Amino acid sequence: MSLEQFKDRNVGTQEYRHIQASTSPKTPMEKFTQVVKRTFSKELFVGLKVVFTQMAKGPKTWHTVKYPQEKLPIGPRYRAIHKLLKLLESGNERCIGCGLCEKICIADCIRMDTRYDENQRKEVTEYSINLGRCIFCGYCAEVCPELAIVHGPRFENASEQRAHFVIKDDMLTPVDALKHQKEFPGFGALSDDADKKVKKTPLAY
Amino acid sequence: MSKEITVTIDGIECKAAEGEYILNIARANNIFIPAICYLTRCSPTLACRLCLVEADGKRVYSCNVKAKDGMEITTNNDEIAQERRAIMEVYDVNHPLQCGVCDKSGECELQNYTLYEQVDSQSYSIRDTLRQSKNWSSVLHYDPGLCIVCERCTTVCKDMIGEAAIKTTKRGGDALPKELKEEMPKDAYAMWNKLQKSIIAPLNGENTDCADCGECISVCPTGAIVSRDFQYKSNAWELEKVPATCSHCSTGCQINYERKHTSIENPDESIYRVTNEFHYVSLCGAGRFGYDFENRDVSKDEEAFDKAVQALQKAETIRFDSYITNEEALILQRIKEKTGARLVNPDAKRYQDFMKNYGSVSGKTLYAGDLKSAFESDFVISVGSFLRNDAPNSRYAFNNIQKLNKGAGLYFHPLKDELVESYGKNVIQFAHKPGLEAAALYLVLELFGKELPADIKAYLDGFKYETTETVTETVKEEIVENVEEIEKDEETGEEKTVIKEKKKLVPKKVEKEVTVTRNRLVEMLGGPDDFDEKLAKMLKKKENFTLFVGEDCIASENAAELAKLAAAVERYCDFNVVVIPSQTNTLGVSLLCELDEEASGYSVGYNVKGDFTLSATGEGDLDMPALNQQEGTFTNINKRVVPTNAGIGYGGYELNDLANALGVGEEQTVCFTEQLPVEKGFKALEFDALPNEYTNSMEENRGYLLALGECEAAELEKIELAQQGMEGNIAYRANPLQQFNQFTRRAHELEAQKALYCSVTYAEKNGLKDGDSVTCTVANEAFTLAVQTDNKIDGDIVYVPDFDETLDADRIFGGKRYSNISIVKG
Ligand code: SF4
Ligand code: SF4
Ligand code: SF4
Ligand code: SF4
Ligand code: SF4
Ligand code: FES
Repeated sequence: MSLEQFKDRNVGTQEYRHIQASTSPKTPMEKFTQVVKRTFSKELFVGLKVVFTQMAKGPKTWHTVKYPQEKLPIGPRYRAIHKLLKLLESGNERCIGCGLCEKICIADCIRMDTRYDENQRKEVTEYSINLGRCIFCGYCAEVCPELAIVHGPRFENASEQRAHFVIKDDMLTPVDALKHQKEFPGFGALSDDADKKVKKTPLAY
Repeated sequence: MSKEITVTIDGIECKAAEGEYILNIARANNIFIPAICYLTRCSPTLACRLCLVEADGKRVYSCNVKAKDGMEITTNNDEIAQERRAIMEVYDVNHPLQCGVCDKSGECELQNYTLYEQVDSQSYSIRDTLRQSKNWSSVLHYDPGLCIVCERCTTVCKDMIGEAAIKTTKRGGDALPKELKEEMPKDAYAMWNKLQKSIIAPLNGENTDCADCGECISVCPTGAIVSRDFQYKSNAWELEKVPATCSHCSTGCQINYERKHTSIENPDESIYRVTNEFHYVSLCGAGRFGYDFENRDVSKDEEAFDKAVQALQKAETIRFDSYITNEEALILQRIKEKTGARLVNPDAKRYQDFMKNYGSVSGKTLYAGDLKSAFESDFVISVGSFLRNDAPNSRYAFNNIQKLNKGAGLYFHPLKDELVESYGKNVIQFAHKPGLEAAALYLVLELFGKELPADIKAYLDGFKYETTETVTETVKEEIVENVEEIEKDEETGEEKTVIKEKKKLVPKKVEKEVTVTRNRLVEMLGGPDDFDEKLAKMLKKKENFTLFVGEDCIASENAAELAKLAAAVERYCDFNVVVIPSQTNTLGVSLLCELDEEASGYSVGYNVKGDFTLSATGEGDLDMPALNQQEGTFTNINKRVVPTNAGIGYGGYELNDLANALGVGEEQTVCFTEQLPVEKGFKALEFDALPNEYTNSMEENRGYLLALGECEAAELEKIELAQQGMEGNIAYRANPLQQFNQFTRRAHELEAQKALYCSVTYAEKNGLKDGDSVTCTVANEAFTLAVQTDNKIDGDIVYVPDFDETLDADRIFGGKRYSNISIVKG
């Protein structure tokens, strides 16, 4: 696709249409009339009617979720804060430190430290995602060849800091929670027909 | 000059020099031919066979076939495409699927070509062989599982580096199924057949015992050979490449500093490794592994800065060495002009004086040769350089021409180098006594001089004498023998023994008296008896000659004479002479600074101890940036002004800030680049205008070449030779491999320590072992060192390093390289 149309910032020569905005009040009197009109128009009473009807019916029929004490269940494809999964059989970490997630991340917010460990393997010593920059696009989960990084359902990431980091400890399935780790056809998981797509490699033995 | 030819590759007309390989011509003209195993500047190995092309209707390997005028070449056709696809499939057979953790991933040629050939299915298989990964040395890790036996590592080690520390050996894999021979594309089969039988291993035993230059890591197209320090530290694509110039020796190799944040915790940049364009430049271990010598965590210390300004204002002397950029040298010169301080740099001063004397005979302000001409020559002589340790790339050139140009070489040096003779069969080593460098240069003049001044000629003839010698020759002599034979009678079928006479030629040794001309110079230098005969053979078909003149000559007490003799070689013989600058920017400093002989009064030292010390090692009174934290230029051995960039940040003051405080500074240090004096051969070019790259046609597009100046010259005057070399116990000032200066010492991967280095035979003779402590006395100065054997040298001369500032070798040796030493155990 050519980007030319986007690069042409010469407004007016393209096919732009000007939309006429409604005229805003000018004199103080006009402003005052607008406020009074809006305050006492029907809409206010429509809203109040709903509130009072519900109040009269009592709590049994209320549908309000008492967030944050109560949370709605979230679908497996929901793309919220990441989790690093472990292998169910051995409890070893799945992440091999290939760095593909780090590379693909378009917000450039994934970083990892790796090293040559005592068992001559690549060990991921630390892994972090800067949630202040993450746009939850899900590319990392999609690219991960080990199904190690996935998006979880935890969506609360309000923070007192602009840059809010999650580190490996926050994301990695704890040992005691391994039995609760869920495998799901969520974001980044293999497709159902993955087997069919794979070409077989001949083996000599 | 070889003549120019024209060939057509895929319809594109290409001009090239005669004798060039097709692949190189294609590359120079930006035409892509797949190829893995070929390394420019090394001999083709024909291991991969990917580079198949069709030349004038015949299938040839483009890396191995020289183009002929008018050749028509097509780089692809159906058959070749099938071959290439099959080759890549074969390379992928049993290749571990471990790109995810492999260091090479992202820059792996196996990955690249597998994708290029779109190998998405496999047609071949064979039983795998158990191959275990090993550490070959303190820097090398080899994983045979990933090795595709392209032999680039063994080739570069032999043809370029000259160590030949690794070889191709037997793998012990299953034989290929017979029927494949018919079914498979032919070249793919041949490639696989060889691959299945071979693997790479150290030449002897389990360890490489080599120079640890790491060039094999660099050339390996896969992750088979990797750096142990770097392994699994970072993916290639995360590292940012900063093109720079190695700052450790005067070769000034082009390198890339590869950097990234230190860790998640520490966002400061660190250099992770150094890489090079191995097709065009080969590094030594210092350049590759000595990268983290930066002056870290420095901030602007105003108090120290003010003191430094005061110190500079009152300093009578500024001491420094030549591990600085041209710009800094110019700043120092400007400070001198402002404050009148003396500039004392013994290293550059020696070089300056040497080149002055040199010019008085050669007529030019600089020597005429360079490394490029050395790599193109076919006869090379080295005088006064401990080549392997002093000037790695000059040594690569010495070795490379033996392998590639069917070259020959003479190596004059008191320390016997065990490897020199393995470079080629036409190399003669003269392990002469120290102090006889002049004799070596005279010998060169005698052998190659044309139109020498009459007195010189007469003087040289005086060394020749005739003598009769008994030589044993082998002649073929005809003898008659009686042999018993059994003959069968045709008719009767009866067998009988007959005796027949047979003539036979047998070799016989005869002694003969012959008159031969001998040269006393050769004898003085400890050359072989049959030198003349050997030389005659070596000189056959030789056209381009190179002479390396090393630091021994520059630092000698007879430096003036040696300079004139070396210049005479340039003047009277058809030689490219290279006077190897001893430190990184010795040449630049010697051109830019007016240097003084003697220091006096209060001194400021820059990277050298002074009353007030500015230091890039972090151990002085005011911090300065190290050379990997600076922009600037060096003047290297090729007389080229090459730019370098900051691999890593720096937070403190620079020399330019001090110059600003004194009123001679500029906005930035690199503003001085365009002020480098044009009359000295520099160009008024901005720093940002200087390129730093090699082009596909192997051209070195880096910085610019110095313009050669002329000066007045006279004929060589006769110089009496000292007939006696140095006697007694001798110590040589030289650094162990990979160490050059206080900065290499700080690099964590370079492990060589300050020690008394000696040959194994010397250690045995004197009952010394590695690690023994000895007290050495040189010129009444005693110091204690541990013994360290160097198995690549032989003879009785020991060497003492000067890279470690805790041992002031330059002072102990008084600026010379040889000194008598007494060594007492304990
Ligand atoms: S892509 Fe997956 S395996 Fe690779 S580094 Fe990221 S989380 Fe680890
Ligand atoms: S050598 Fe190349 S293909 Fe093999 S595992 Fe490493 S990156 Fe992958
Ligand atoms: S180790 Fe690397 S360079 Fe050496 S043969 Fe194997 S793949 Fe080639
Ligand atoms: S490190 Fe250098 S010398 Fe040693 S094996 Fe590799 S190429 Fe050869
Ligand atoms: S020390 Fe010299 S030879 Fe070695 S890489 Fe650096 S510039 Fe090149
Ligand atoms: S590059 Fe020519 S055979 Fe490998």
